[in-house]
Amino acid sequence: MKDLFLRLKGIDQRWWYLALALGIILFPWFTSNYWISVAVFFGIYALLGLSLNIILGYAGLFQLGHAAFWAVGAYTTAILNTRYGIPIFVTLPISALVSALFAILITKPILHLRGDYLCLVTIGFGEIVRLFLFNDPLGITGGINGIRGIDRPSIFGFVFHQPIHYYYLTLAFVVFTIFAMRRLENSRLGRAWIYVREDELAAEAMGIDTTQVKLLAFIIGAAWAGVAGTLYASRYTVIAPETFSFWNSCVMFCIVIIGGVGSIPGVLVGTLGMVVLPELLRDVLEEVVQWRMLVFGAAMMLMMIFRPEGFWPSPIRRHELRAAELTASE
Amino acid sequence: MALLEVKGLTKRFGGLTAVKRLDFHLDEGEILGMIGPNGAGKTTVFNLITGIYPPDGGEIRLNGQSLLGLRPHVITELGIARTFQNIRLFANITALENVMAGQHCRTRAGVLGAIFRLRSQRLEEQRILREAERCLRFLGLYEKRHELAKNLPYGDQRRLEIARALATGPQLLILDEPTAGMSEKESSELMDIISQVRDSGVTILLIEHDMKVVMGISDRIIALDNGEKIAEGRPAEVQRNQRVIEAYLGKEEV
Repeated sequence: MKDLFLRLKGIDQRWWYLALALGIILFPWFTSNYWISVAVFFGIYALLGLSLNIILGYAGLFQLGHAAFWAVGAYTTAILNTRYGIPIFVTLPISALVSALFAILITKPILHLRGDYLCLVTIGFGEIVRLFLFNDPLGITGGINGIRGIDRPSIFGFVFHQPIHYYYLTLAFVVFTIFAMRRLENSRLGRAWIYVREDELAAEAMGIDTTQVKLLAFIIGAAWAGVAGTLYASRYTVIAPETFSFWNSCVMFCIVIIGGVGSIPGVLVGTLGMVVLPELLRDVLEEVVQWRMLVFGAAMMLMMIFRPEGFWPSPIRRHELRAAELTASE
Repeated sequence: MALLEVKGLTKRFGGLTAVKRLDFHLDEGEILGMIGPNGAGKTTVFNLITGIYPPDGGEIRLNGQSLLGLRPHVITELGIARTFQNIRLFANITALENVMAGQHCRTRAGVLGAIFRLRSQRLEEQRILREAERCLRFLGLYEKRHELAKNLPYGDQRRLEIARALATGPQLLILDEPTAGMSEKESSELMDIISQVRDSGVTILLIEHDMKVVMGISDRIIALDNGEKIAEGRPAEVQRNQRVIEAYLGKEEV
């Protein structure tokens, strides 16, 4: 057994990546539509997790209202598409832009807040957005019923209407996002986020415009969540305010924290844990469905007690957390 | 024209006046030592110059341009870099990454440059790296560039702060007790480095608690007590000044 393990470890890493890539590409051909749908759901939440990771992971800003940006993206697409017939692939960049503008509008006045205070304000704006959609003061969001009849995306006459089409579309977005995030991490801006997170005053004294750097984290994170919103709206063709609830902001928050703050593979593992695991539990605990969320909640508690840095943390973040624990215990 | 001019600088914290109508200036290329007992207001002066606190009165000018109301990062960009009395490195990243922070305000690449790795962005990254490595070599830390800042010995951490400040390309470098907690040998080595920094064309304002350290290296010295300037002049003159001696040792009871 140990021998086998060692032999597996000896295999060149690239073969593992190749096998993983092949597995992901071929996955929909060997499974049911149900699991393909779960995979698409995973993909959309992975995008949301990765976008929140910019704000929460890279810049270290406590954001518990991320569903608001997701909602702005989804509703922008839904309104433009159902009212004006604008195709999904055109509304996609517009949604990203509107979410980004929305982020500038609401986060600019609160950027100087720290930690828990910022967190409370973000919970507040998340709720305001949900209530706005629910009460529909402008008569465009459809109130409690939301908006239905959103088009499927289509390109050159090809309509993405089957789960398998959506699987590959979402996959393409996730792959591009991972690629872009890796490059952002290793850039001037990525380093600036680390500096701000580590010591804001020192960063400011080193000539970094900390307000601008934090605002950029919100802008990029919101734009990406807006893209996820467009994908979501066109996948389900119906959106309603309850999807963009505080609970979903919490799920995104947990994806990043449990997976490993600031770490791309961590966010993907976190998404598996938060989105796919409950689906698996649904099968296993069929007899006792009401136990599902109990098991899930207990798992989260154990996780935070025994592995607070998450499943797959970024090395810098692990150091930061250890250091914080040391000072706390002194 | 003086490089830095401070006139009538005043700062109050509640009922306490930490800095009282302080006047001084710095000429290009000199090392000015600022001394005074604990609580004299030296660090407050630094925080006022670098924009961390807004002053309650007075004027601060760099090359004739007023620094009042500017945010700290703008002041750094204009050419004033600093170190901190209680070390404030980015503890959990490498020495090299720490020093690269200094180049941030001298470079421009943004989001799209990063994602698409444009040519201009790649060239800029190389420039940041070269400049950071040059500063590390200058402070003798090049061999340790891949160590995490928090794992460096204390003396190295102090020097790393200076390297990081130098990487911003300053005209004026403000050092807040750079030899605090160092052995005599370490602090005399550091004084050599500070002289070299000055010789490379950077003006230096140095806070020191320890009279011995600051006397040897400074061109001029100003002494503060209770937020007021009590003496100014060449090191030997200030050292003999009656008010300075009193501030440090207490007044002789008659």
